[in-house]
Amino acid sequence: MLENVTLHIRRGEFVGIVGPSGSGKTSLLRAITGSLAAARGSVEVTRGTRIGYVPQVESVDWNFPITVGEVLAMTRTRRHWPRTTRSERAEMKEVLEGLGLHGLDGRHIRELSGGQQQRVFVARAMFGKPDILILDEPTSGVDVRTRHEILHLLRDLHSKGSTILLTTHDLNGLASHLPRLVCLNREVIADGSPRETLIPEVLERTYGAPLHVLEHGGMPIVLDHDYTSSEVLRDTERQMRSERETRQ
Amino acid sequence: MTIALDLLAPYDFAFFQRGMVAATLAGALCGVLGVFVVLRGMSYIGHGLSHAVFGGAAASAVMSINFFVGAGIWGIISGVLIGRIARRKIIGADAAIGIVTTASFAGGIALLNRYGQARKSIEAVLFGSVLGVSWVDIAAILAVSLAVGAIVLFAYRAFLFATFDPQVAIVSGERVATIEVILMVMLSITILVTMRVIGTLLISALLVIPAATARMITNSFSRMLMLSPMIGAMCCLVGMNLSYHLDTSAGATIILVAAVVFTATYLLAGRRARLRVASLHHL
Repeated sequence: MLENVTLHIRRGEFVGIVGPSGSGKTSLLRAITGSLAAARGSVEVTRGTRIGYVPQVESVDWNFPITVGEVLAMTRTRRHWPRTTRSERAEMKEVLEGLGLHGLDGRHIRELSGGQQQRVFVARAMFGKPDILILDEPTSGVDVRTRHEILHLLRDLHSKGSTILLTTHDLNGLASHLPRLVCLNREVIADGSPRETLIPEVLERTYGAPLHVLEHGGMPIVLDHDYTSSEVLRDTERQMRSERETRQ
Repeated sequence: MTIALDLLAPYDFAFFQRGMVAATLAGALCGVLGVFVVLRGMSYIGHGLSHAVFGGAAASAVMSINFFVGAGIWGIISGVLIGRIARRKIIGADAAIGIVTTASFAGGIALLNRYGQARKSIEAVLFGSVLGVSWVDIAAILAVSLAVGAIVLFAYRAFLFATFDPQVAIVSGERVATIEVILMVMLSITILVTMRVIGTLLISALLVIPAATARMITNSFSRMLMLSPMIGAMCCLVGMNLSYHLDTSAGATIILVAAVVFTATYLLAGRRARLRVASLHHL
């Protein structure tokens, strides 16, 4: 399924994996987390690395009878009993506060906003004191506001020293904001900054379809083919040209 | 005064006292495991497993092997197998489970017809027999209750993690497969020891109804785990007493009481509580 994948993720990096459906993003994540064995080659994870895994919001059973506090506590399975210790409660409070979820530990997960729901699972991963945070499609199925919240949160965690690896479909909303991107389609097509990877040649090889890239405020914006043929794009391009001419 | 005396009348009989203790314990035990059965969407597995255990019980009766040993081994083997089939999500897992367990059930009936003192023992196992509850049965239910309670408490977080989010639990290094095997073994043994009180045909209801009722009342897993056995025990207690006064089968009366409690909770609870039950899978 996946071939020619050579990837080094160092401590403190913030890496996004992009690629079409079936490109092997999830398989790569599963290989890294150890739930899928590589047929050839190897995945080397520094001994004792703790992985904090944040599942897709869509895969969570929101009707399960569980409160925010219970979601966090379940990861600490080394302590067996249901009741949390005083030190655990203090840590829980710290993690929840850090993620803006203060005072919500007794709430059912369904009673939270979209952004809070995603953050609860980031909080659960953080509560396990991970060395690397792995997020599977953190912005799929969330609204624009929640997407902003998640992006801010991840940037914040990264600036505080967390190592983060995520997969995403969202090229403009999320991928273009990350420091390093890996374009995947059965193999690694490109690996580098968004300016190096979000370019038409790479994207065409990754997605198998021509994609246009515009620039806005120094950031690449990817437009798909259908959209590029529309009036909107022509208008935008015309506008950009006139802006450039005005500046000259 | 007369009414009070009348209500206490059945307690004069030793068989009733034994039945009462056995049923209340069975209700609490099924209530605890029912939480996992309901939340994992395994109610059809509980149903199938009770049928499978029946086959084992019949075979051990015919071969003069101790009931607990014969049916226990058979129950555990089928429980683990069913768990595996269900886990792998092979196409038609439901059908495969259905075929295996009903075949075991049919085999049990055929065996009892051919070799056993058929009618009486079939009825006792199918519908439960309070009269037949011995102190050995009570000791067995008590031992299983204590073991299940200790396991669920001691591995509480791992059980919760594996039930709520198995994929992430695996990534986090939890032995989810082992937890599932333990759960199926506990379920098989529970069905085995409570079968004589409630009966094969109704045991799955006692696994589902108290837990589903508890789900309507609370949104917290730990509270559901406390409420469900309490509801189960209470339904058995009330059901047993009613069955004496109404002269009806204990198993059937217990399940009817549970159904009434469920319906009353459903009607009294708000719309949101009803939605919680609607969201349970395969109920």
